[in-house]
Amino acid sequence: MPSHILSIVLFTPLVGLLVLLLIPGENKFLIRLWANIVAAAGFLVSLPLVLGFDRAKDGYQFLERADWIPSLGVQYLVGIDGISLLMVMLTTVMGFVAIFSSWVSINDRVKEYYAMFLLQQVGMIGVFISLDFLLFYVFWELVLVPMYFIIGIWGGPRKLYAAIKFFLYTLAGGVLMLLGILTLYFQYAQQFGRYTFEISELMKLSLPLGLQQWVFWAFFIGFAIKVPMFPFHTWLPDAHTEAPTAGSVILAAVLLKMGTYGFIRFSLPLLPNASADKTIVTVLAVLSLIGILYGALVSLVQQDWKKLVAYSSVSHLGFCTLGIFALNQSGLSGSIIQQLNHGISTGMLFLVVGVIYERRHTREIHEFGGLAHVMPNYAIVFAIAMLSSAGLPLLNGFIGEFTILQGAFEANKIWAAFAVLGIIFGAAYLLWLYQRTMLGEITNEKNRGLPDLTWREWAVFVPLILWAVSIGVYPKPYFDLLDKPVAQIVHRVHQSANTPLASLPLHPIQAEARIR
Amino acid sequence: MSIYYSSTDHFVLLPAILLALFGCATLLFDFWIFPEPKQRRYLVWFLLAGEAFAGIALLKQQLFLVEQNGLPIEAFHGALIIDGFSLYFHWIFLATTVLVALFSYRYFELRDEHHGEYYGLLMLAQVGMFFLASGNELVTLFIGLETMAVSFYILVGFMRRDQRSNEAALKYLLLGGFSSGFLVYGFSILYGLSGSTRLSDIGNAVAARDPFDPLVFLAVATILVGLFFKISAAPFHMWAPDAYEGAPTTVAAYLAVGSKAASFALILRLLLGPLATARAAWEPLLIGAAVLSMTIGNLAALTQTNTKRLLAYSSINHAGYILLGIIAGNAMGIQGVLIYILVYAFMNLGAFLVLTSLASRGIAGDDINDLKGLMQKSPAHALWMLIFLLSLAGIPPTAGFLGKYLIFLSLLETGHTVLAVIAALYVAVAIYYYFRLVRAMFTTPQENAEPVSSSLGLKVALGVTGVLTLVIGVYPEPWVRFAQWSITR
Repeated sequence: MPSHILSIVLFTPLVGLLVLLLIPGENKFLIRLWANIVAAAGFLVSLPLVLGFDRAKDGYQFLERADWIPSLGVQYLVGIDGISLLMVMLTTVMGFVAIFSSWVSINDRVKEYYAMFLLQQVGMIGVFISLDFLLFYVFWELVLVPMYFIIGIWGGPRKLYAAIKFFLYTLAGGVLMLLGILTLYFQYAQQFGRYTFEISELMKLSLPLGLQQWVFWAFFIGFAIKVPMFPFHTWLPDAHTEAPTAGSVILAAVLLKMGTYGFIRFSLPLLPNASADKTIVTVLAVLSLIGILYGALVSLVQQDWKKLVAYSSVSHLGFCTLGIFALNQSGLSGSIIQQLNHGISTGMLFLVVGVIYERRHTREIHEFGGLAHVMPNYAIVFAIAMLSSAGLPLLNGFIGEFTILQGAFEANKIWAAFAVLGIIFGAAYLLWLYQRTMLGEITNEKNRGLPDLTWREWAVFVPLILWAVSIGVYPKPYFDLLDKPVAQIVHRVHQSANTPLASLPLHPIQAEARIR
Repeated sequence: MSIYYSSTDHFVLLPAILLALFGCATLLFDFWIFPEPKQRRYLVWFLLAGEAFAGIALLKQQLFLVEQNGLPIEAFHGALIIDGFSLYFHWIFLATTVLVALFSYRYFELRDEHHGEYYGLLMLAQVGMFFLASGNELVTLFIGLETMAVSFYILVGFMRRDQRSNEAALKYLLLGGFSSGFLVYGFSILYGLSGSTRLSDIGNAVAARDPFDPLVFLAVATILVGLFFKISAAPFHMWAPDAYEGAPTTVAAYLAVGSKAASFALILRLLLGPLATARAAWEPLLIGAAVLSMTIGNLAALTQTNTKRLLAYSSINHAGYILLGIIAGNAMGIQGVLIYILVYAFMNLGAFLVLTSLASRGIAGDDINDLKGLMQKSPAHALWMLIFLLSLAGIPPTAGFLGKYLIFLSLLETGHTVLAVIAALYVAVAIYYYFRLVRAMFTTPQENAEPVSSSLGLKVALGVTGVLTLVIGVYPEPWVRFAQWSITR
């Protein structure tokens, strides 16, 4: 039964964008309204995915296939499994939250602003549902341009620097990843005599370990910059600090997940021998641990509220990559749950910063103190966001971190020990931040009389809080979703690691071309 | 064998005859029928009519060729040849010339230099390109090259009263003459080796010798020096930034696209034809030139403040990428080269076109600051320019990505992994300077900023180049097929 639900989910923001372009730029109210309608519609059309998803089935669901560039073996091939389903839902929800939260804060170039968000939405959904590697790559790069403009036009004082840095880093990683993709593509042509980018076809490849390692590092650079993993993280604090609130939310909640998703969807299943290789696993785990500890320690000394949250992302994403390279069921599912959690809680933290920034136009931590007295509701919301990020039981962060630690412990006890240290630091910087900004006496006169949350801000936070609590209290449905796809990946990695590589006859690539 | 002008000869040569006739007629019409500067706009229509006739002649050739399953048609005893490869280039030349003519008139009217010769020279240059892509014999090829080059020498200096234009023309003339000397020296050695000017005979003579035979190597090296100059590949690129900066913007566009495409046609015809067996001799030279072009083009472009110079360095960089496809040399690589040249034509013309529209009376419009606030002054121009720049940088889903993709793939297929990595990393460098232009466009405008100049022709040309840049990127299938078909035989 062909269903076009994924295409509808993918193209709803694009259609909305095209209509948006027809609305005259002066009519800001209409533009805002329309963008919110489109974002809400984007969320609503993605709901059937959840309802119609059959978690008992193996493999991809809602498949759609059409030829795109037949002469190069490129297809429009989309489909989802439990992993992508969670990512798509995260995207549609956070996309709506980001657009909704911008109603008051953006007054300049409103039309372009919403156009960029809708375009971004298309790219992000596309990344998570593509099952054709080139299609994936197109969406992967498509995401860069709107984010460049979101940071570069509506950002803070050093926005242009931050925007181009973001663009250059991710693009450099992206093109190296492209070389990796093309290597697989042409190896496939050599072994099977035809060109294709279809992921499940590329999985049939049997490649020597050396080549797998090269391709793995090519992918690694692309994905690790996006995540960002430790030595490649430097673009992140700049981008986050300069981006407007909604931009930070999307960047943290969804964009970074593209990197971890890439590891899970492509690196592990396509390059199982390299992924299970001792050196590679160790390097990746050590980089993750450095990320966890370094991110946490740097967060401790930040003076800027938003920068603190940005560095905390480095730490949290370190947990996600550590979980992935534990290469076992709990590590991987924990990592995916944690990605979702990070999207929700860090999204909330950025929104929290945004609320106060709109009122005070500063994010220096020492400017604040005792805000709980003037903005009690705000303090409650911040407390929940902070505790969910710190991993308090019954909130979502706990589930993810706990499962990752369990996986890490199974893989290597020393990793788990260092990771636990990261959790402690995490609690430290978050609680200390809360203490410095919210508790105590009001130290700065300017903070007196700040208005508490408006209904619009409540409307942004409430669904996120509910989602966070629901995951924390009853995470079973999420684990059920992930059971099969994760088991498949883990099985594939371990099985290939233990079987010798078969050698297949090669189809030679056409020799030199001649023009008479 | 008849020594008379046969009907096949006529059939093959017809597009060039038509172009030359219309081109020369334009020179007469200029003062004869349209003495008033205002009326000279009609000459654009005249050019379009000539191109339309030439287009019909080309279409007939194309259909005939399809009917024959791509079997080439030879004329003038093998001096000219029509095959899929040459037709592919003829279509690019035709499109380029038409587009350049369309966005030229407003530019020259604003400068009071609107003369009929301009259109005549455009068409005569195109005649030269015709012979470059269709020539199958050294003398024909050389005459084609010079016909094109001489037209360009005049076009570059077309702003007679502008010092920069004059300087650019002189530089281009002197260095161009010098490089032609190298080329013709190489040709003469090939003639000495084979006793024939026909490419097929030369191919046999070269194949009989070792690639590093001193004579073969000398011929290859001197020919490449001449050709590297024409495609502005480093280390023979020095003329390009000066010539582009001084030349009228429209001529710079024609130079960057038309002249480069034609010279690449010649390179492909020579290197993959008679010199194919000497690959061991020319491949290292090409690798050196490609890496150097990408390096110099990218690094020098980073600091330019003049947009035309910036695009000149970017075109040096693109020459490097196209050379990479020839280095890979398999079917995928050559297909990549053809697609790249096609795509490059549209995206680069588009970028120059937007710059042209920034020029107004007394303002050259080629400073990076002239782009400031374009998004507010004219969103359409700014958005199209964004697409051209993204395409030049090779970001999907624009057409520029397709060209880079095919070339990267061919490099990996033939084991040139290091070159592929270098080329890929330079994409990230290039985005930096292309986005300096984007940054300028999207910042707030300067006070009393000049409005964007526009005309019907400019709008049409902008629409065509922009839509094609997107369409080739989003739906590449027919274009890839066309390129594949062009090199199958």
